Amino acid sequence: MRRLSYRHALREAFDEELARDPMVMLMGEEVAQYNGAYKVTEGLWAKWGDKRVMDTPISEAGFIGMGVGASMLGVRPVMELMFWSFYTVAWDQIINNAGMVRYMSGGLINCPIVIRGPANSGTNVGATHSHTPENVIAQFPGMKCVVPATAYDAKGLMKAAIRDNDPVMFMENTLLYGEEWDVPDNSELPDGELVIPLGVADIKREGSDITLVCHGRAVHTCLKAAEILQSEHGISAEVVDLRSIRPLDEETIFNSVRKTHRLICVDENKPFGSIGSQIAAMVQQHCFDELDAPVLRVNSLDAPAFYSPPLEKIQNPTPEVVVARALEIC
Amino acid sequence: MSSPIQNKPASHTKAAINVSLSVEKKRGLYRDLCRIRRFEQISLKYYNAGKMGGFLHLYIGQEAVAVGCVSLMGENDHIITAYRDHGHALAVGMDMNACMAELFGKRTGCSKGKGGSMHYFAPDKNYWGGHGIVAGQTPLGTGLAFGLKYKGLKGAAMCFLGDGAVNQGSFHESLNLAALFGLPIVFIIENNGYSMGTSQKRSSAYPGCLAERAVGYGMAWKQLNGEDLYEVRAGVHDALERARNENKPTLLEITTYRYQGHSVADANKFKYRTKEEVERYEREHDPIHIFKTHLLKEGVLDEAGVATIDQAAIAEAEASAQFAGQSAYPEPAEIFDDVYWEVDQKTEAGQTGRHFFND
Repeated sequence: MRRLSYRHALREAFDEELARDPMVMLMGEEVAQYNGAYKVTEGLWAKWGDKRVMDTPISEAGFIGMGVGASMLGVRPVMELMFWSFYTVAWDQIINNAGMVRYMSGGLINCPIVIRGPANSGTNVGATHSHTPENVIAQFPGMKCVVPATAYDAKGLMKAAIRDNDPVMFMENTLLYGEEWDVPDNSELPDGELVIPLGVADIKREGSDITLVCHGRAVHTCLKAAEILQSEHGISAEVVDLRSIRPLDEETIFNSVRKTHRLICVDENKPFGSIGSQIAAMVQQHCFDELDAPVLRVNSLDAPAFYSPPLEKIQNPTPEVVVARALEIC
Repeated sequence: MSSPIQNKPASHTKAAINVSLSVEKKRGLYRDLCRIRRFEQISLKYYNAGKMGGFLHLYIGQEAVAVGCVSLMGENDHIITAYRDHGHALAVGMDMNACMAELFGKRTGCSKGKGGSMHYFAPDKNYWGGHGIVAGQTPLGTGLAFGLKYKGLKGAAMCFLGDGAVNQGSFHESLNLAALFGLPIVFIIENNGYSMGTSQKRSSAYPGCLAERAVGYGMAWKQLNGEDLYEVRAGVHDALERARNENKPTLLEITTYRYQGHSVADANKFKYRTKEEVERYEREHDPIHIFKTHLLKEGVLDEAGVATIDQAAIAEAEASAQFAGQSAYPEPAEIFDDVYWEVDQKTEAGQTGRHFFND
């Protein structure tokens, strides 16, 4: 099977969806002529032109709101935030307008938009550029939120997100853009294309002694931790990649916990109200009798993102910390 | 404050767009003005009787702006406004019963009781709300214009905002985008002189008037007197034509006046302005009276015809309150409807994974 980078997989998804539906268009800062600040959209402006791939000024509230308004008329904008951290300046448009207009209109309106871009820390760009707002977004009914961990998932989930008729917040990762994974060519697929439904988790590694629930880059942290747990401690860890935060595949989580009876939730949110907090609440309620140990969380350390490279590295979940926490309960 | 109304020669009455109005159409415009006025007055009565929750931002005194602008809408013209949205709703033809029932929080309301006073919508009538956050609708209005252009439709968006919205960043971002991308939009500042309790002079820095800020974006602008429906139509028509034919935006400032407070909860409505000022506007600048005077003079209506229209408006508004009062409240199960399109439509996507997180 061919290897494809995470950014290249996303680009393929855009290209295929631009070809499929004339209402789909890309907009954002530097996405067109500059080829994307992270080169995710490279070549698409040259291929599709000004109308379908459009540069915007640095004006997030303005162009995100413009895309939301256009979506009410049936345009399907895929809007890039150069960093998801910039959501703060477009918050009213994202939440009050895209997220609430369907409800407040009694179902008369829907907003088929995707807002996408990298949402991660760990690149030494300071606190303002290092937010991971999936837990913040998932707080709002009306919003959907997706955080792919691999190129395969990024392509399939992006195609589903673009076809979805609700607002989908799609969170990528600058540290994964250049990484490569197996991604089948469409000719190798029975349906002729790769579409992964939102709301379906993926077991990235099977195990029997402990479940690690995670998403985004934390999936790779957990996979490394699982290797260490197996090779050095004889502990078999199952790694459940949520992929989609809202909608959420709770059954896959519960089934894994019923098998392993131990759970650590690992994500790069700050601890208070993290995705792991939500999972922990659900698991203690629905799998109480299955648990042989308290549910633990591993999160980013509870302070704004540290700039200094060695310090920021230990601020985020590391395999070593995940292993240490696992040993506490195994 | 000094009067924002500029007394100008009445050349707009002879504007082609007004001369072309049929007698029936003119009577219809007068009917629309009266229906809005009476709807607002009667909603206030029932608000005070405890039939509604929350806020109620009344449009009384500003009616000629919504009616004049909406009367110019063609098939591909769209409007969007802020929270003082009842007038625009009735002007586009939303059902008065559904509008009143929404205020009462009933399931027969235009948003099934989910939006309330500030959140009326009628996409089938090209009316996109009804938005509660000051200036939050301005990027959406820009998007309506963008959508028209993207889809290759010849039309325009009218994006209404109050004078209190002109200092929000999203409004300025919208002006820039509209001018930069050449979008068919008319931004319409309904300037009633006060952003809640703060007068224009205490809230905004501007050259000659608020609309003149458009110069900074290389955008056409104009100030209009909103007390005269004919002037509203003449001025807005020109801007709409610029949008439809040239894909160019315009910033209009239509001076007007609200007789009631910012909302009915405005305890200081006679503190930041005098009662005498309000009474002077009611006496000398009332848009319904001014249009009535036009129509009487033109022989379009006589006093009996005027009274008949007004009586019918009162009866319709009272009947809408009866309808609203007799309608049922939404059921608790409806709380989870209208959150996600895919869930409502029971699509595969809507049934994959958990969407709601109640225990």
